[in-house]
Amino acid sequence: MKIGILALQGAFAEHIVMLKKLGVETAEVRLPEQLDDLDGLIIPGGESTTMGKLMVDYDLLEPIREFGLGHAVWGTCAGAILLAADAHRKQPLLNLMDISVERNAFGRQVDSFEAALDISALKQADDAPFHAFFIRAPIIEAVQGEAKALVTLSDRRIVAAQDGQLLATSFHPELTGDTRFHKYFLSLIKK
Amino acid sequence: MEENTGSFAVKKGLAQMLKGGVIMDVVTPEQAKIAEDAGACAVMALERVPADIRADGGVARMSDPDMIAGIIDAVSIPVMAKARIGHFVEAQILESLGVDYIDESEVLTPADNDYHIWKHDFKVPFVCGCRNLGEAMRRIGEGAAMMRTKGEAGTGDVVEAVYHARTVLGDIRRLQNMPIEEVMTFAKEIGAPFDVLMETRELGRLPVVNFAAGGIATPADAALMMQLGVDGLFVGSGIFKSGDPAKRAAAIVKACTHYNDASILADISQNLGEAMVGINVSTMPEEDKLAGRGW
Repeated sequence: MKIGILALQGAFAEHIVMLKKLGVETAEVRLPEQLDDLDGLIIPGGESTTMGKLMVDYDLLEPIREFGLGHAVWGTCAGAILLAADAHRKQPLLNLMDISVERNAFGRQVDSFEAALDISALKQADDAPFHAFFIRAPIIEAVQGEAKALVTLSDRRIVAAQDGQLLATSFHPELTGDTRFHKYFLSLIKK
Repeated sequence: MEENTGSFAVKKGLAQMLKGGVIMDVVTPEQAKIAEDAGACAVMALERVPADIRADGGVARMSDPDMIAGIIDAVSIPVMAKARIGHFVEAQILESLGVDYIDESEVLTPADNDYHIWKHDFKVPFVCGCRNLGEAMRRIGEGAAMMRTKGEAGTGDVVEAVYHARTVLGDIRRLQNMPIEEVMTFAKEIGAPFDVLMETRELGRLPVVNFAAGGIATPADAALMMQLGVDGLFVGSGIFKSGDPAKRAAAIVKACTHYNDASILADISQNLGEAMVGINVSTMPEEDKLAGRGW
């Protein structure tokens, strides 16, 4: 199995470290042809406007969209924004998941936080709470159609959603040493 | 659910999200918008770019809060702002404005000739400059959540950026290769806190994100610094002191991503208009250099 990590900007190296821990082959993706032999793709955290612009400039938007119609794709934070259909702002989006997001929904950097989340999707592996980092994070305002809420905060705000092989998280499992979320993503590919 | 704001991991985390990106100096909301549209991953709000600070002389201070607030309103990307070295009240003001990162910067006139800000006391993260590993270790010890090699700001001459990046990265290679019993004496020699130095030795890199700054003016300069091994770039005067800022800004962003692809670099380096005129650092009087500020 070979997983690509979109390496236009942002925390792509952290995802590569996590996948290597799990013994998975990885490849950095900066150009469309680098998608060719991949089994899945991770779009990392970073700035969604920067990544969106570089996706347009190097003709990646449509190839990634097509890739996502048949493969597993996981977006963390900025990556989740890029997977969405709507971000309430004029910026390039992949429109792969039927979700709408609100950028910087928790406020500015001084409001960024870490919290222990109870995630039922990970329960089979381990009962321990998942330590999540929210960095100028978006929330998933609404899930429609096939997309389902996967993780919610105690106030019911949605911070992770799934639609088949597509996964979006507001938080950053790549900033922890905890590989459970990465394993969960890989389990979607085997299906 | 207990939410913990302002932890060191959360501060460091934002810098991790900026990696592989370009942080641009801007002096107006309009410039901030041009930077965002060109693909900047953050902007540095300041009243004068370093080239103008040099030309104007006098005391350079924190920018007008109204001007910073205008830039915060203009863009969706993170906004950074500069405080003088040791001026913790300027930092308190910037934190209350909601800036996303504070640069305790040698580009402004230092407010304290002996001490830096104790950065652990703040919820907002700090980035600081360094010329060598000892300086980086001291700043991280004080709570800096991101580093940048200093270079020589406002010159458009990349030579000092290269020198400082090579020095820091070379010091880390030495640290990793020395036997453990030599580390304490190395810590003494370079004036580094021992625990931060040991962490750096184990990681084989700085424990926080490290960008390059000071003198980057072209896409080739940008790719040079990335190939040397920094995590991303600050570009100050190099963009808005050039002939076609929007085009040059977009090209430097692309160079930061495709830094290993010479044919893409050749393509994006074409027809960018005039680069900033620049000052040759080798003919510059010592007292004009900013990089020596910081203790």
